[in-house]
Amino acid sequence: MQLTVLIIVLALLTIAGFQLGRSRAAATVGGRLVELHSVPSYHGLYVALWAGVPAVLLLAFWTASESWVVMQLVLAGLPDQFTAVDPQALSLLQADILNLAHGINASREPAPEVLAAAERYNRLHALGDWALLVVGSCLALAGLTWARGRLSPDMRARNRVERAINVALIICSLVAILTTVGIVLSLLFEAIRFFTVISPVEFLFGLHWSPQMAMRADQVGSSGAFGAIPLFTGTLLITVVAMAVAVPVGLMSAIYMSEYANPHLRTWLKPILEILAGIPTVVYGFFAALTMAPFVRDVGQSLGFAVSSESALAAGFVMGVMIIPFVSSLSDDVINAVPQALRDGSYGLGATKSETIRHVVLPAALPGIVAAIMLAVSRAIGETMIVVMAAGLAANLTANPLDAVTTVTAQIASLLVGDQEFDSPKTLSAFGLGLVLFLVTLTLNVVALRVVQKYREKYD
Amino acid sequence: MSAGNSRSLYQSDEFATRLQRRYAAERRFRMIGIAAIGMATLMLVVLLGSIISKGYTAFLQTEMRVEVTFDPTDVQERNYAAILRRGLYAQFPDATDRASRRALNDLLSSGAPFALEDMVRQDPSLVGTTRTVWVLADDTVDQFMKGAISRDTPESQRPLTDAKIAAIDALSASGALSTGFNTTLFTSGDSREPEQAGIWGAIAGSAMTLIVTMLLSVPIGVAAAIYLEEFAPKNRWTMLIEVNINNLAAVPSIIYGLLGLAVLLGFFGMPRSAPLVGGVVLALMTLPVIIITSRVALKSVPPSIREAALGIGASPLQSVTHHVLPLAMPGILTGTIIGMARALGETAPLLMIGMVAFIVDVPQGFTDSATVLPVQIFMWADSPERAFSERTSGAIMVLLGFLILMNGLAVFLRKKFERRW
Repeated sequence: MQLTVLIIVLALLTIAGFQLGRSRAAATVGGRLVELHSVPSYHGLYVALWAGVPAVLLLAFWTASESWVVMQLVLAGLPDQFTAVDPQALSLLQADILNLAHGINASREPAPEVLAAAERYNRLHALGDWALLVVGSCLALAGLTWARGRLSPDMRARNRVERAINVALIICSLVAILTTVGIVLSLLFEAIRFFTVISPVEFLFGLHWSPQMAMRADQVGSSGAFGAIPLFTGTLLITVVAMAVAVPVGLMSAIYMSEYANPHLRTWLKPILEILAGIPTVVYGFFAALTMAPFVRDVGQSLGFAVSSESALAAGFVMGVMIIPFVSSLSDDVINAVPQALRDGSYGLGATKSETIRHVVLPAALPGIVAAIMLAVSRAIGETMIVVMAAGLAANLTANPLDAVTTVTAQIASLLVGDQEFDSPKTLSAFGLGLVLFLVTLTLNVVALRVVQKYREKYD
Repeated sequence: MSAGNSRSLYQSDEFATRLQRRYAAERRFRMIGIAAIGMATLMLVVLLGSIISKGYTAFLQTEMRVEVTFDPTDVQERNYAAILRRGLYAQFPDATDRASRRALNDLLSSGAPFALEDMVRQDPSLVGTTRTVWVLADDTVDQFMKGAISRDTPESQRPLTDAKIAAIDALSASGALSTGFNTTLFTSGDSREPEQAGIWGAIAGSAMTLIVTMLLSVPIGVAAAIYLEEFAPKNRWTMLIEVNINNLAAVPSIIYGLLGLAVLLGFFGMPRSAPLVGGVVLALMTLPVIIITSRVALKSVPPSIREAALGIGASPLQSVTHHVLPLAMPGILTGTIIGMARALGETAPLLMIGMVAFIVDVPQGFTDSATVLPVQIFMWADSPERAFSERTSGAIMVLLGFLILMNGLAVFLRKKFERRW
């Protein structure tokens, strides 16, 4: 509530700042605007920035840190017997306090101290929100008055505003870097925690995957084995099947569309591939699980093969269909980039169209096509929903596409969906897998870009 | 040299056969190309066809007419099930034993008494009166009416017993069963009972998530694109940012889910399953797409525009905000819409941050627990009931409808504002 009020107050103060700054600037020169260094609206923006930005920064800082600060205060107020425990119990206690504070009743009877702590948490939270409202409004008001007082005809308001905007633009473009850093750090951090429990060698080269950890010592079949080779081979198998569909079909479609189809036909064919590209992966997954897998199984059984109902073939085939437009649009671009003069030269020597394509156009476009295929492979490896829905979770070490296999992404999803404790190797192993997935796809992408840059034929 | 064919005097027989072979190869190559396109088209048709043929019945729903008397004592005890049962039994005077009455009860949706309760709450004057009401039938009745459950299957293998089928036949003969447009699908949240399950909660969740995504990714993405395209000096740092953005665009979406789980939920302690968190994750995911398409749009504005603006004394920032950006806006908008369409269809990262929970209520705010349309599809696809599989296809059709709408808008904008310099 206070947050909404504060946002409204800030918006109003910012608008007021703009108006006041603009009119003040005009007033300092008695209406002869020529004498101002910057046009009045820049003075207005200058005041508005001073009114809005510090308060918004405070708001962002407080909303990010409030829960933590309040929790520390609450914990400090609790008797020692509650807080002097190991970190796990402490996080449990924090969760209890949070739940009680949000009115979610825990199943067991909470200790009166914890109840009091929850109330204290709520009280401090409310207090913090009010304090934020008051401090934020004062800060905005102070910024407004101060900036307004500094306005003068010679003030280089435009340059100052533009510098501020420039800084904002730079910060925005750094978000991409921050995202990468965040991805790498979070994966690395959790994966290192995982690798302190399970050795990386066992993880990367072990042949047995069954991440269920034993709850009790005498439980059967839940020893917790983290050998990821079956996942890697499963991913590879499905990727190979997908590529076996996507590369020929995608490449030939691209060739046909750019070399044979007349423009009229192309306006009809291109949208078909674009629609295929725009269908969400969950839809492909549903199709793979409910239509393709039973179909593949029935066909296989009628031919006398034992086909799993979650066969790698069905998942891989549908994934291949999903990747067709990806391959074809990338190859289309590189084929179109091959200069017409090469084709004309080939025709001049008496080659037929297909001979020209096979012996001239494709070799010239090869680096681009190889890069396209590598990007498609990286896509297939990272694809999640199709394999989650259609490939299942059986970690079989097999090269038979009629068997059920599981993939890295499917395992990540199944390990992390639903409630989980954050410390068990089972949960952390998902981050280990994520790290491998990230590194492999990153390598593929970087190499693909390198291939394009290094082997591109220069025709100009 | 035989006369009478087109072969010239200077061509040997070997040449002729070779030429034939080469032409045949040409035709084969061409056929392979057509086959490839045909294959892609066929898969599209099969995919859409299977979903539409499975899913169009999801938009229909069977309701049952029951004559109910709102008995005051029952209303007081909130025993609306009894009210409903009496109305139902009145249509079957023969059914007096427990077993056949239980079979009759099963024909009604378990949510039907709540519908009566809502009616009474809205209009208390109903108490004591007798009304004809239409309530939801059970999903098995619904499936039977739509022909998905055949009476030829042996009784042990179908969810409806012979007695129930007889009762359904009697009801439909007296006009007490009617199949009409399925409003429940569009007005309610998720449910364990297929006939009460709807996608409104998921649509609301998707809308909230997309709003957060858009508010974050569009300003940041466009600002980053402006900086990189218009102001950034060409040095090692900006090269790093560029390579970085290109790589981010190819990072698998599930990795963004891991990022959200570890950083947003684990480090910042944001609430699980909230549209806010989902929106932030999807914003980070669509950011590279928006930056790249915005840069292309900015690049397509010819330098003469910038130079003219600078020439009449505009500052670099003014030339961008007053001239370049408005001209690039259609392209940026198109890229944004396509990015949003991708975000709308995304599932995997949202599974990681807990949006996969079973949530009945329609979310009211950005920190409520919610799910989104693709995740709802994912959850329903796992449900064994035939009726859920039908609803999954229906939800897919709604999702595809939204996507077609968004992409159509993008195409329209591109066509309308496309400018060749």
